[in-house]
Amino acid sequence: MKTTDNLVIANQSYRSRLLVGTGKYKDFAQTKAAIDASGAQIVTVAIRRTNIGQTAGEPSLLDVLPPSEYTYLPNTAGCYSAEDAVRTLRLARELLDGHKLVKLEVLGDPHTLYPNVVETIAAAKTLVKDGFDVMVYTSDDPIIAKQLEEIGCCAIMPLASLIGSGMGILNPWNLQIIIDGSTVPVLVDAGVGTASDAAIAMELGCDGILMNTAIAGAKDPILMASAMNKAVQAGREAFLAGRMAKKLYSASPSSPSAGMIAGSSN
Amino acid sequence: MITLYINGNRRDFEQENMTVANLIQILGLEGKRLAIECNGEIVPRGNFAAAFLRSSDKLEIVGAVGGG
Repeated sequence: MKTTDNLVIANQSYRSRLLVGTGKYKDFAQTKAAIDASGAQIVTVAIRRTNIGQTAGEPSLLDVLPPSEYTYLPNTAGCYSAEDAVRTLRLARELLDGHKLVKLEVLGDPHTLYPNVVETIAAAKTLVKDGFDVMVYTSDDPIIAKQLEEIGCCAIMPLASLIGSGMGILNPWNLQIIIDGSTVPVLVDAGVGTASDAAIAMELGCDGILMNTAIAGAKDPILMASAMNKAVQAGREAFLAGRMAKKLYSASPSSPSAGMIAGSSN
Repeated sequence: MITLYINGNRRDFEQENMTVANLIQILGLEGKRLAIECNGEIVPRGNFAAAFLRSSDKLEIVGAVGGG
């Protein structure tokens, strides 16, 4: 097996091809344990108003997951316009001392959380011009994916199914077209429900997967994080290995036909 | 006295000539990792002590939280 099969995003190299969110966990201890079990090096965070009444000693996410040990990927979750997304990521850059790698997502409606690609494209243009390394969440439309790449996004992240749905890989054919046409990494973001979904996406040739609910929403999030870690690696190795051709039946058994005791006449 | 709108809430302060650094201290947020926007413009951390606040300023004070 190749030992240098790293994921490279915006000239940075990562061992793990699994990126994880930090939301929806029971507490910070579970967040940390799940992320460690996942092996993820890149973790997404949301930017939100500080609770002014908060007690002074209360730990923050940054204490539990020190930015020196994990690569932070601030997101624009909850933004419905390009303007709000750009504002949020400029605050994130200030918060994280000039950190450039960000996840752009501009949603279309609160019911489905489906991306608004028109606003996403507008925000991507502004952010790329402003020097951000933009990993962009989008629909599985290959034409939009290509446009986002041409704008200068450093990774394209189509949904496999809707955010938080756990419905799995609903349109592998569109994902395949996006992967085939892209010169930057393609990561499935959203929709993965269980380990086999992650493996399927990686076998298609995805460069990585970003997930949150599939881990945090499992009955045992830490065990599921471990399962996802293995599934992403297994899927990647299967992709690199190149699967056998499918055929309806085979007249070529795996055991030798010579030397059988049955059917010999002497 | 000055009136500020912090994270969408109106707050009145006795102090005159208050800077962003003073405000952080008053709110008990000293030492916390945060970013601040005043009337839509980011106030760089290095400018907190020199950034004077005026009545009716709208401030957003944000931090990182768990999210996907």
